[in-house]
Amino acid sequence: MAPSEIDRLIQQLARLPGLGPRSARRTALYLLQRREQSLLPLAEALSRAAERIRPCHVCGNLDDSDPCRICRDRERDLSALCVVEEVGDLWALERSGAFKGHYHVLGGCLSALDGRGPEQLNLDSLWQRARDPAVKEIVLALSATVDGQTTAHYLAERLAGLPVQVTRLGQGVPVGGDLDYLDDGTLLAAFSARRPA
Amino acid sequence: MARLSVQRFRNLRQAELTVGAGPVVLLGENGAGKTNLLEALSFLTPGRGLRRARLGDLESRLPGNEGAGQGGWAVAARVETPWGAHDLGTGRDITTAPGQERRVIKVDGEFASSQAALGAVLAAVWVTPEMDGLFREGASERRRFLDRLVYAFDPAHAGRLSAYERALRERARLLREGRGEPEWLGALERTMAEKAVAIAAARRDMVGRLAGACAETSGAFPRAELGLAGDAETWLDELPALAVEERLQTRLLESRGRDSETGGAVVGAHRCDLLVHHGLHGRPAGLCSTGEQKALLLAIVLAHARLTGLERGGMPLLLLDEVAAHLDARRRDALYEEILAMGLQAWLTGTDAAPFAALNGAAQRFRVQDGMFIE
Repeated sequence: MAPSEIDRLIQQLARLPGLGPRSARRTALYLLQRREQSLLPLAEALSRAAERIRPCHVCGNLDDSDPCRICRDRERDLSALCVVEEVGDLWALERSGAFKGHYHVLGGCLSALDGRGPEQLNLDSLWQRARDPAVKEIVLALSATVDGQTTAHYLAERLAGLPVQVTRLGQGVPVGGDLDYLDDGTLLAAFSARRPA
Repeated sequence: MARLSVQRFRNLRQAELTVGAGPVVLLGENGAGKTNLLEALSFLTPGRGLRRARLGDLESRLPGNEGAGQGGWAVAARVETPWGAHDLGTGRDITTAPGQERRVIKVDGEFASSQAALGAVLAAVWVTPEMDGLFREGASERRRFLDRLVYAFDPAHAGRLSAYERALRERARLLREGRGEPEWLGALERTMAEKAVAIAAARRDMVGRLAGACAETSGAFPRAELGLAGDAETWLDELPALAVEERLQTRLLESRGRDSETGGAVVGAHRCDLLVHHGLHGRPAGLCSTGEQKALLLAIVLAHARLTGLERGGMPLLLLDEVAAHLDARRRDALYEEILAMGLQAWLTGTDAAPFAALNGAAQRFRVQDGMFIE
């Protein structure tokens, strides 16, 4: 028997990150019982998002304009380029307000075990952007996982011949962290990344 | 361990135990579920548990349990430490895709991102019948044994090992498929070298301190002499860590051709071996009698517990599966004396009550039958 529309909705919701079958059922019921306040606005938002939001051909960010707002923003620092794995990382950095330059979204990191090599990442345009004389610094803001670190090593090696400074995010003592409670690996990383006080 | 709760774990449908600070004896026939309980306990520390099982294989397959459906196995415990009580919980993450395995970890009601959070609260060391050949067989089991001893002092060691192994597997895959660009391989080798040096340093530190603790062994257990064999471990004797990293990277670069044929790597943290000799006559442990080997293993485990108590404060859990029955009366009494003198919470299993008679009055006993525990 073909699945009902409700089953179809639950199946689609259950495929979303963070939702299992049980929470998908709960969410579906919530939406169906609030047709006007929740279901229709959500359906419209999803439909508009599907229609209008595209990856930016310059940096890989998601936006309803191409180039994206960040790439078009003339107030931002053209000399600094921050490389991130995913759009979510870009959002996190934007929320922090720590960086006022431009971004480059790789779309993942290198992982032979997951079948993701350089050709699957947004790299060709990175090599082009790195050659732009306006770019003076490339910040590798990649996660501290094995794949993130390996990708950072790879990019540093490939960018080594260019007249651009390649930096990485510092790793070490978290804000509000007590040295006494840090593991040895974090302390070692913090020590090797020390800087003048 | 003050309270333990196990659900849907192998033949343990649901088990709840409240225990005191002293030793715990689990008695029951083969297949009753004694070792399964020790295995469940072992998952409250970093690593892959006492049998290195796949997480999906631990799910209870008992009739009537299939309907439990969405729930995976789970182990939870209240642990008393010198710094206060903590609630630990772990289980298979049922939201991961098929084929992927991940454990969820909870400490004091909060989800933790790594297994190291468990290691910060609780350490456990075990001796099982499968470890009877520890000194005779290949180096990998000895390496794993040593790494478990390291976890008690350095919970982040497990994370470094898994990162190293992932980089090793990625490099092997690229070499086998012949598709890795040199920079990609170089990046993986750099990651491997960084992790390998940190791992080697932690192992060296552990063996150095443990050798000191073993030197104080007296009485029924022989003194074990410990050493380490391995490239990075030896180079660290004379070179600073950064230089060892560079040397490892160079060796990995030079061996790509050979490694692509063998599927491994000629150097690295996966080549290290724990060397054990009998302190009295100097023979390698692998050439000692079966009884001597068991006594050496227990001597190391007890020395590690002493060291943990002295340096970390809290004692590790000692999980001894079918150990008592295979010791002569003199060593068994000496083992019990040590356990009681150190205030260790040792979990001992056996089929007969007789070998545990000397613990009468000091140990809590449970009879195990079909996955049920009766005090």
